Amino acid sequence: MVDGATPAIPERPRLAPGVRLHFDKTRDAWVLLCPERVIEAEGPAHEILKRCDGARTVGAIIDELATVYAADRAVIAQDVTDMLAELAAKRLLV
Amino acid sequence: MDTQARIPAPLGLLAELTHRCPLACPYCSNPLELEDRRDELDIAAWGRVFREAAELGVLQVHLSGGEPASRRDLVAITATASQAGLYTNLITSAIGLDADRLRALKDAGLDHVQLSIQDTEAESSDMIAGYTGAYARKRAFARSVVSLGLPLTVNAVVHRANIAGLADMVRMADDMGAGRVEIAHVQYYGWALRNRDALMPTRTQVEQATREMETLQQRHAGGLAIDFVVPDYYARRPKACVGGWGRRSLNVTPSGTVLPCHAAQTIPGLEFWSVRDHPLADIWTLSPAFTAFRGTGWMQEPCRSCAFREVDFGGCRCQALAIVGDAAATDPSCELSPHHARMAALAEESAARTDARYAYRGRGEREAVFGSRRPTPIPVR
Repeated sequence: MVDGATPAIPERPRLAPGVRLHFDKTRDAWVLLCPERVIEAEGPAHEILKRCDGARTVGAIIDELATVYAADRAVIAQDVTDMLAELAAKRLLV
Repeated sequence: MDTQARIPAPLGLLAELTHRCPLACPYCSNPLELEDRRDELDIAAWGRVFREAAELGVLQVHLSGGEPASRRDLVAITATASQAGLYTNLITSAIGLDADRLRALKDAGLDHVQLSIQDTEAESSDMIAGYTGAYARKRAFARSVVSLGLPLTVNAVVHRANIAGLADMVRMADDMGAGRVEIAHVQYYGWALRNRDALMPTRTQVEQATREMETLQQRHAGGLAIDFVVPDYYARRPKACVGGWGRRSLNVTPSGTVLPCHAAQTIPGLEFWSVRDHPLADIWTLSPAFTAFRGTGWMQEPCRSCAFREVDFGGCRCQALAIVGDAAATDPSCELSPHHARMAALAEESAARTDARYAYRGRGEREAVFGSRRPTPIPVR
């Protein structure tokens, strides 16, 4: 057991076992389905999450999003790493 | 009907596939009278319920019971839920699930497994469960779950016999490879209410346990997730029971009756509809049992004018009925209830009863387990 440590962002992140990205038609929202929980993937979060497939590197995910949103790569990089760090801390990524 | 537009869609459905169970835990929260096997919904009916649930907005289905593995068609039922697009969670005692059947469940699309444990030692565990060999089978089952790569939650119900061993339970869940452990005090509904005198811990024990859980949560932060459900009888604020009546979840009994909560049938005068007669969406929006305590219009004082009325929704209706005798009263676990002191007194009276015996369903009684870790030895008759 890692006592109180924050897990690092995996090199090629993928959703943890038991965690699924799902489009909720009823509420018109992307959600992460987890054991005993549903977490709304707000705004562009699902664009990041659907690329967490265990194949793409964090760098590749950032590159793709910078293209999708035609935005400054540095800004995108910050957003993506913030979100991945948060997900890793919640053990939703492996 | 314009009120329909304002009714939120449910997120979760508890599917009680059967009331049959090989275990006989004294804290079982299923009703005193169980539904008969001959009345159970067949797989076609469950398939329809799951598809209607997904259409209605349900995202997660909890396959429960009784012991869901007591149904021979559990794998096929799981497949129908998964095909409906639902996240499937199996709530099991492990009895009736070997590695092959578990693999078949995974192939059918099972997303998550929740395994109950009774204690951390074989003798005490099997005695509480009323089933010899249960402990060993749970350990073996957990190994199968983890080796298949399925996510595992371990669930332990806390009461007088095991409350001094919570750290051991968390350690055992960690050793088993669980990602999450749920430590929940007994909810005194159904059969459990009958065994309250044999199960209720003292206030001091509960306070110690609460402090211990906080320490354990800190120690495991970032690792094993620990959820702790505090006991109502010693609480100051009520739980938001089922996230609010008819607001987030629904419960389908083995025979197809749809309930706003697990124990709702204890409330006299409520009219429940069945999936055999009505589409699930109609039951959710229109059936009298669901509209009875939805929202805040049914509330009395002190709930009606309370700032927390849309936070805890007045607590639990079944508990208000059981303790106060009025299902529309404020849950007496709330310190604002005029019956709050009486509820605490009931808990203390129960906790002081050292002569109470476990009543097992259909199996008579036996001496209650007080646990070898209990600080003061209590003579057991």
